[in-house]
Amino acid sequence: MLRIPCPFCGPRDESEFAYGGEAHIARPENSWTLSDGDWADYVFMRTNPKGRHAERWRHSHGCGRWFNALRDTATHEIVATYRIGEPTPTGRR
Amino acid sequence: MTRSFRTGEGGRIDRSKPIGFTFDGKTYAGFAGDTLASALLANGVRLVARSFKYHRPRGIFSAGAEEPNALVRVGDGARALPNTRATQVELYEGLAAYSQNNWPSLRFDAGAAANLFSRLLPAGFYYKTFMRPKRMWQWYERRIRRAAGMGRAPDAPDPDLYDKRHAHCDVLIVGGGPAGLSAALAAGQTGARVILADEQSEFGGTLLGETGKLGGASAADWAADAVAELSAMPEVRLLPRATVFGYYDHNHLGIAERVADHLPAPTAGTPRQRLWKVRAKQVVLAAGSHERPLVFADNDRPGIMLAGAARSYLNRYGVRAGSRVLIFTNNDSAYPLAVDLAAAGGDVAAVVDLRPAASQHPAAWRMDELKIEVLRGYAVAGTKGRLRLKSATVMALNADGNEVAGGAREIACDAIAMSGGWSPAVHLFSQSRGALEYDEVLAAFVPGRAVQATRSAGACNGSFDLHRCFLEGFDAGKAAAADAGFTAEDEQRPLPAATQAKPGPVRMINPVPSIRPVGQGPKHFVDFQNDVTAADIGLAAREGYASVEHTKRYTTTGMGTDQGKTSSLNALGLLADQLALAIPDVGATTFRPPYTPVTFGALAGRDIGELYAPLRRTPMQRWHEDAGAAFEDVGQWKRPFYYPRRSETKEQAVRREVLAVRNSVGILDASTLGKIDIKGPDAAALLDWIYTNDWARLGVGRCRYGVMCREDGMVLDDGVTARLGEEHFLMHTTSGNAERVSAWLEEWLQTEWPAMRARCTVVTEHYATVAVAGPNARRLLAALAAGIDLGIDMGNAAFPHMSVREGVVAGIPARVFRVSYTGELSYEINVKARHGLTLWRALLTAGERFGVMPFGTEAMHVLRAEKGYIMVGQETDGTVTPLDLGMERAISTRKDFLGKRSLSRADMTKPDRKQLVGLLTEDPDDVLPEGAHIVAEQPGKPPLQAQGHVTSSYYSPTLGRSIALALLRGGRGQLGRQVFVPREDCGSSAATVVDPAFYDPKGVRLHG
Repeated sequence: MLRIPCPFCGPRDESEFAYGGEAHIARPENSWTLSDGDWADYVFMRTNPKGRHAERWRHSHGCGRWFNALRDTATHEIVATYRIGEPTPTGRR
Repeated sequence: MTRSFRTGEGGRIDRSKPIGFTFDGKTYAGFAGDTLASALLANGVRLVARSFKYHRPRGIFSAGAEEPNALVRVGDGARALPNTRATQVELYEGLAAYSQNNWPSLRFDAGAAANLFSRLLPAGFYYKTFMRPKRMWQWYERRIRRAAGMGRAPDAPDPDLYDKRHAHCDVLIVGGGPAGLSAALAAGQTGARVILADEQSEFGGTLLGETGKLGGASAADWAADAVAELSAMPEVRLLPRATVFGYYDHNHLGIAERVADHLPAPTAGTPRQRLWKVRAKQVVLAAGSHERPLVFADNDRPGIMLAGAARSYLNRYGVRAGSRVLIFTNNDSAYPLAVDLAAAGGDVAAVVDLRPAASQHPAAWRMDELKIEVLRGYAVAGTKGRLRLKSATVMALNADGNEVAGGAREIACDAIAMSGGWSPAVHLFSQSRGALEYDEVLAAFVPGRAVQATRSAGACNGSFDLHRCFLEGFDAGKAAAADAGFTAEDEQRPLPAATQAKPGPVRMINPVPSIRPVGQGPKHFVDFQNDVTAADIGLAAREGYASVEHTKRYTTTGMGTDQGKTSSLNALGLLADQLALAIPDVGATTFRPPYTPVTFGALAGRDIGELYAPLRRTPMQRWHEDAGAAFEDVGQWKRPFYYPRRSETKEQAVRREVLAVRNSVGILDASTLGKIDIKGPDAAALLDWIYTNDWARLGVGRCRYGVMCREDGMVLDDGVTARLGEEHFLMHTTSGNAERVSAWLEEWLQTEWPAMRARCTVVTEHYATVAVAGPNARRLLAALAAGIDLGIDMGNAAFPHMSVREGVVAGIPARVFRVSYTGELSYEINVKARHGLTLWRALLTAGERFGVMPFGTEAMHVLRAEKGYIMVGQETDGTVTPLDLGMERAISTRKDFLGKRSLSRADMTKPDRKQLVGLLTEDPDDVLPEGAHIVAEQPGKPPLQAQGHVTSSYYSPTLGRSIALALLRGGRGQLGRQVFVPREDCGSSAATVVDPAFYDPKGVRLHG
C-alpha cells in the first residue's frame, strides 16, 4: 500500500485515496467543433508511461480534495504532490 | 522403537516440566520448550508424513519455517489448523496433532501405490494425461486433489478472536538472531521507535543452538542479556512469535503474530492471532538463511535431515537426530555438528565430504582427535530403509565429481545430516523489489541494490560468520536509525568478540551421482514438498522449458506451501546445467508474499459477520424488522423487499402491495434515495453541465427529472432534482449512489471549473423520506398536512406534478415533493431523520380508512416496470446511452453537457444499437429470466446470434400477465415483431416487441 502525501492533510495510506487517472488533460472548450477522432483522443486515450507520470488523486476518505501527484509507475515512488492548477514540479516527462 | 533420543542434559528445554501430547492418537511426552518436531524426534518417531504425489514415507527435515515434509494438522474440530509445520508448533499439554495425506494410516498408506507407478507420473503428467475428453477435467481434478496431499479445512466456524493492528515505527527489524539483536541494540539506544519481530518464541535465532562462548558467556546468555537490555528501552517493542510475511510498497510490512497458538486455547478476551500492518521509516532485514539439502539418490527417507537442523535439535532441544548419524556435506558448516554430537556422547558414523581437499574449519581439525572418520571426495550414492533409514551406500567420486567410482561401502546409520550449502533468506528483500545478485563463492543469491529504505544484515546478506553478523547488524541498525533522524549521544558497542571461522568453499554437485543414471531407479528429490525430482527438472528442460518461471510451473518446483525455501537454488542449478548456462543467466523466480502461510482468520481479523461491511439503516428500520419484512441489499442499505403476511409467498405479498398502490394508497420508505444539497450562484450552471437537459429556466418550487452521462456518453445516474431557491437545489440520486455522484460533481468542480461558485453536500442521512403513492395519496396527505395547499378544492394547479412545497405533515416540518416512480399520484415527504418513524406511523394510522399498505422495493420495481421507467444499474450497465433508452427529449440542443459530444459519435447513432423495448410473452404466465438472451429466429442448433437481453422481468398484477424490459438491437424499429428467448430447460419462449410503457402510457394517473 502506497503512502501518499496529501497536499492538504499530509502523508496518509493509499486506502484513503481514490485514483483519478492522468492529470493535465483539459476538457476541450468547443467540443462540438472536434472531429470524432480528436474527441475520442480526449475521452479515451492516455499516455500510460513506464516511469514518471503526472496523475490525479482524490483524498476521498479525508479532506475530499483533488490534487495531482507525480508518481513513478515502475517503482511507485511518489516524487511530488501538488495542488490542482499548479505546474508539475519537476516538469513532465 | 520407543527408545528416547533425548540427551542426558543440556538444551533450552525445561526438564522439570514434562508435557503430554498425542500424535495420530498415540500419547507421547516432551518438555516445556520443545516443538512438536523436537518432541517427536525425542520419542523416536521418524515417520511423520506421506509425500504429496508418491505418498513416500517422510520424516522431519528441518527445524524451522522451511520445513517441507512435516506438515500436520494441529487440534480438533473448529480449532483445527491444517498444514502446520511441526517444526514451528510449540508443545503444550494435551496438544493433539495428526499426520495428513494418508489412508488408512501413516504406516500403511494405500496411496503409496503411486510410487510403484511413478514412471507414469512425470512432471506435467496432469497436462499430458488428463487432456481428453476436455469436459472430464473437472472430474479428474477432484480425484487428483483427493489423492494429493492437502490438509482438511476445519468443519465448523472458527470460535476464536483474531485481531488487527496498525503501527508506525522508525526502524523495523526482521529477525532476532545475532544480526537482528545487534541492530535493535544499535537503533534502540538512539531513542528511535523500534519494532523487533522474530518468528520464534524466544529471541536469539542461531545463538540458541550455538555451543561456542561469546566473551565468556554462552551464546544464549548473551542473547538473553540483549533482550533484557532491549526490554528496558521504552521505544523498543519486541514481538516474539511474529512472522514478517510480506514486504509491500513504501515500507509497508505485514506481520502475523501467533498470540495464543502455543496455548490449548486463547485466554478469554485475547486473540488467537494478530495481524500487524506496519509502516516503517527504515527496515533492517536480519532474516537468517536456509540450509539446502543435497540431491542424492533416495535422499528423502525418514531420518535424513538438514545438518543445521540436527545441530539445532541437539544443542537447543537436547535431542539426537539418531543413534548413529552419518554427516554428508559439500561445505564446512556441518563439521561443528560432528564435534557437538561427539561431545554429547553420540555416535557419528562418518563425515562424507564431497570436496577432495581437507576442510580448514577449526571443527574439521578435531575429527582425528574425536576419532571420526572423514571420507573426502566421497558421496552418498544411495540409502536403504522403508519407514526409517537403515544404511547409506558411500562411494568415491571421480575427479570431475560427475560419477561414482570404486567399491560401494554400506554404512549403517539411522540418520543422515546433510548440508548442501546455505541460501540467504532474501525473500523479503526480493518482495521489496530489491535486485538479487548471485554469489559464486556461496553458491547463493544475495541482496543487491535496494529499491526501498531497507538494509540486509547477517546471514540473509550472505554473511555467515558470527562476527560479521554482529558487526553488520549493529551498523545497519545504527545507519537505519540515523536515516530516520536518530543518533545516539553516547554510543555503546556491546558486541561480543565472536571467534568463528569464515565458511570454506562450497562444492556444488547437483545431482550427486549414483550407480544408475538420474531418472532410473532411485529418486533424487529436489523439492520435497511437491515431490519434484532431478529427473523432472531434466525432463522439463528437454521438453523445451527454458524459462525458470515456466519450469517452476510445469514441474511445480517451489509451489508448495514452503515456497521452495530449500529447493529453489538446487532446482535452478539443475536447470542451468541442463541448459548449459550459468545460474545467474537462468535467473531466480520471483519471491512473493507470504513468506510462510498466513491463516484466513488473521487476514480477516474482526471484519467478519456483521462487521464484514458497514450496514446503513433508515430511521424506520426497526419498524420494518418488527413488521417481519424480507430485506434486500441495495448498496450498503438493507431495504424492505416486501412485507409478507402470515403464510403469504413472496408473489402473493408483492401482488397485494402492487394492487394497493394501484387501487388505493401505499407507503414506501424511500429514505435511501441519495440526496445532494447544491447551493451557490452557479448551481444551475453546474446542473446544466451535469445533466443532459436544461436547468437554468426551471422555476423555484419545481422539480425536473434528469439523466447524467459520463464523458463517453453512457448513463451514469438519474433522478429528480428540485429547485428550492434561486441558488439552491436538492438533487436526488439512485439509492447508494449519492457518494459516487457527489464525487463526480466534486471532480468537475475542483479540477475543471474551480471558478464555478457551487457547493455540494451529501445530505442523504439528514432526512427520512416516505413515498405516498396511489389514487388516495392526496386524501391521505390532506388528513395530516398543514400549511400546504394540496389543491383539493382548486385542482392540480395549486400543487402540480413535479413541484415541491414546504409545510407541516403530522405536526412535523416537512418538504413535500409531488413526484412519481410508480405512475400513480404520488408524494415524497422529507422530514428530519429523527422524525422519520413518527411520520411513518402517522401515515399508517391516518391511512387505515384507505387500507394503506406499506410496500417494499419489489413492488416498487414492478410498479415502475409497468410504467416502463428505467432503473440505473438494471436497464443500464455502462454501455447504454440516453438515446438507447429513448430519452431524446431529455437531450438539450441548446447547450453542451458532459458526454454530449460522445452522443454524436458514429458508433452512438448506429441504428442497430441495443435499445430499450418492452417484451410481452406469448404465454402470459411465462416470466422470462432476467439476463436471458434474445434471438431473432426460433432457436435451432447453437451458435445463435444474440440480439439483446432481458433487463427486467416481472409478473404484473395490474395487467394480469408477465412483462419484461429488454435491450434489443435496433429495438425501436422492431415494435410488433416476434423474438425468441432460449430457455435452459424448455426450448424457447416467443415474445412480441412492444413499447416499454405497459400501463397508462399517457400518464393520466400521475397527473390525477
